[in-house]
Amino acid sequence: MDQHLLVLLGTKKGAFIAEADPDRRADPAAYRLRGPLCEGWPINDFRHDPASGALYAGGGSPWYGAAVWRSDDLGQTWSHSSEGLTYGDDGPAMRSVWQVTSAHGALYAGVEPAGLFRSDDGGATWAHVEGLTRHPTRDSWQPGNGGLICHTVLADPADAQRMWVGISSVGCFATEDGGRTWEARNTGVRADYMPDKYPETGQCVHKMALAAGRPDRLYQQNHCGTYRSDDAGRTWECLDPGLPSTFGFPVVAHPQDPDTCFTIPLNGDDRGRYFPDAAMAVWRTRDAGTSWAPLRAGLPQQDAYMGVLRDGMTRDDLSPFGLYFGTSTGQLWASPDEGEHWHRLLDTLPPIYSVETALVTA
Amino acid sequence: MATVVLPRSLVALFPGAERRVDVGPVTSVAEAIAALDARWPGLRDRIVEEGPRIRRYINVYVDGQPAELTTPVPPTGLVHVLPAVAGG
Repeated sequence: MDQHLLVLLGTKKGAFIAEADPDRRADPAAYRLRGPLCEGWPINDFRHDPASGALYAGGGSPWYGAAVWRSDDLGQTWSHSSEGLTYGDDGPAMRSVWQVTSAHGALYAGVEPAGLFRSDDGGATWAHVEGLTRHPTRDSWQPGNGGLICHTVLADPADAQRMWVGISSVGCFATEDGGRTWEARNTGVRADYMPDKYPETGQCVHKMALAAGRPDRLYQQNHCGTYRSDDAGRTWECLDPGLPSTFGFPVVAHPQDPDTCFTIPLNGDDRGRYFPDAAMAVWRTRDAGTSWAPLRAGLPQQDAYMGVLRDGMTRDDLSPFGLYFGTSTGQLWASPDEGEHWHRLLDTLPPIYSVETALVTA
Repeated sequence: MATVVLPRSLVALFPGAERRVDVGPVTSVAEAIAALDARWPGLRDRIVEEGPRIRRYINVYVDGQPAELTTPVPPTGLVHVLPAVAGG
């Protein structure tokens, strides 16, 4: 059985799959592109569930609303469902699905307006995780530029009771009891756009990632800085010194080293939100955020007037691992050597919202 | 017998669904949509949002006149479901 690398792309105009022999993952000519999938709906998150072998895509059509799409044949055929994906007829209309995460036999969907839903039948039906939206701060939640969205859902791989979510522009919340109750965990995270720079909630988290090998360590890229927590999100330390800006969207953790993570700073929320000095770079820390270094080899160092969104960067599970990021202008870039060298795989896709990878046998 | 005409982009979401569907005797747009949902489960959710109300960018007409979920459908009425101009 041959192993295939799938690069799963959620875009403004549907999902796409770029498929290649893993040994040729740095060669643009090795990739076969399939798509647009999911009937061209805007897809915010598109990923593979290794446990079931299914592909899941979350998004929302401007005409037909929010749904989670599922394929059991690696993207050849699809079904979709939004049964139960609602706050009820008295609640706000469901706009879109922003994250689909499988964990401990369940499937979770982070949605807009912000909330969390759980499916125990592979996405056929959904149930509202009410504890999150019943948080005492709910009435004060305000949308960010992308809407009031639950865009990050992280599950502790070792503890089914423990999860984190990120909501813009509200902040990080965690549960230790399987979703029954939630606690805001934003201490130390700035909200530069508010009179109180350190409120309980109101922070514009853009993405969070769990570090490998240290169950209580998370990294966070925020609208207002880059952060690390070593106590499961209860307190956060700002990691901005050494980075070219305090603004960016994605953050990706190393698969083994808890001290290493990657982020893509953009020049600033009011300066255009493109690469600093229009020079493309991924930034890496190897000492838990004490210092940072840019990774630029192969990336354009002029005229890079584009951004990378919150789910726009990921890694694969090969060794050495590869890094991938997709841009707001539809380019897909990849590094086969953990960020040291970069290659442009695709150049003409729609704006890319999410990038994930999967290794499958076929 | 009332008839519903569905847009291509909606039919594409439900394998086997047809563009023109006879829904039998129905008294309202809501009943017509319920009849469609019985044949293709989940179809109602694509036309109707919370409220319940017809989705913002979906337009429904009964015999050529703008309609809502409660709009009556005559015994031989023709219901058009059309996507509005949206997207980008």
